[in-house]
Amino acid sequence: MTDRSLARAFSLLLRRDLVINFRQRSECVNPVLFFVIVVTLFALGTGADRALLLSMAPGVIWVAALLASMLSLESIFRSDFEDGSLEQLLLSAHPVTVLVLAKVTAHWLVTGLPLLLVAPLLCILLGLSDEGLKTLMLTLLIGTPILSLVGAIGVALTVGLRRGGVIISLLVLPLYIPVLIFGTSAVQMSVAGFPVNGQLSMLAALLALALALAPLPTAAALRMSLS
Amino acid sequence: MERCGVLMSGPGQQRSGEPGLVVSDLHCSRDGRDLFKGLSFLLRAGELLVVEGRNGSGKTSLLRILCGIRMQESGSINWGGSPIGELGPLYHQEMTYIGHHDGIKGDLTVAENIQLAKALGKPSGDDLQTILKRLQLSGYNEVLAKALSAGQKRRLALSRLLATVSWLWILDEPFTSLDGRGIEICEHLISSHLTHGGMVVMTSHHAMELPGVEITRLRLS
Repeated sequence: MTDRSLARAFSLLLRRDLVINFRQRSECVNPVLFFVIVVTLFALGTGADRALLLSMAPGVIWVAALLASMLSLESIFRSDFEDGSLEQLLLSAHPVTVLVLAKVTAHWLVTGLPLLLVAPLLCILLGLSDEGLKTLMLTLLIGTPILSLVGAIGVALTVGLRRGGVIISLLVLPLYIPVLIFGTSAVQMSVAGFPVNGQLSMLAALLALALALAPLPTAAALRMSLS
Repeated sequence: MERCGVLMSGPGQQRSGEPGLVVSDLHCSRDGRDLFKGLSFLLRAGELLVVEGRNGSGKTSLLRILCGIRMQESGSINWGGSPIGELGPLYHQEMTYIGHHDGIKGDLTVAENIQLAKALGKPSGDDLQTILKRLQLSGYNEVLAKALSAGQKRRLALSRLLATVSWLWILDEPFTSLDGRGIEICEHLISSHLTHGGMVVMTSHHAMELPGVEITRLRLS
């Protein structure tokens, strides 16, 4: 198979998933609504203490983003598993890792990118400064694809189980910790006026690592789940 | 005939001159119970193998092992002289599997499903209209697959056989939910694939009428 046909398979699969998600809109709207509601609940729950809210803001937004991303993870492979499309993907003429990457990319565009778009709204809600907002957007831009990539491994492992939901969170949430740490600390530092190059570089390194490595165990886990 | 030309140059046949699919001493068990043991057979160009056996005898498991989806306990499966596990995508591009599940997306139209099937395999020269016409689905291009009847969905699943060029067809109960005309179409697809030098492994509870085709039967007990 040529590189061109591989690129074509990648783009068609990516488009397929986007079209399917667009036709059943709830899939992409739910995580964003969840994200907004959780952050709003925190804002309401801490009462009138603005200083407390501001100091918690980066952590609250990032934890809400982790949970929102986790909620939507199952949709990466679940329906394909149930209707037999997953078998066809594994039996395709192309390397499974590339196809996995196409599916994860589609998942990020549908569930990760919208988080980025509503983040400015939440920053106003929590009283985060412009500098903080800029860094938050950057960390979300680099961080949320890592969540989708790493999460895909967990879904691939549990897609064969009838009720994999809780197990996914136990498998995946610990792996999200580095992203949470560097993401929140970058925002906190920038609010305090310090440079954040270190944290951003670490996040970018994690993204590069996840992009290169995560599709391999995901493909292997899918094979295991189907056999 | 262009189809035939593509088939004849397939590496599966020419790699070493060995017969297409060679299965030797295959052993498969499920939950500690042996489904089959010491199973050996070979399949050459133009041959049809029908796997028979009662429910639960391991027909589907055998087909999934032949595809490389499921792992066998022991034994080997060679395609053109090399183990299918080592060939990976090279084997899969010469093989088409149609399983119990149709493997089509309900939220995509008929045309989009076929386009995707083409992109995932080695696309054949047949265009969309030709494929739909042969399956008697003409006029359904823009219909969402979830709006099709069970029999029409099965026909759409069979469209993978026409949308891609492959040597080996592995079909698990291809006639399920097809009506009389659908069964005729499917039988015609199979016999024309065999006369072009293809190979078919299938399970079926339906007595097939394939004039001029010699059927090898494998009984699992």
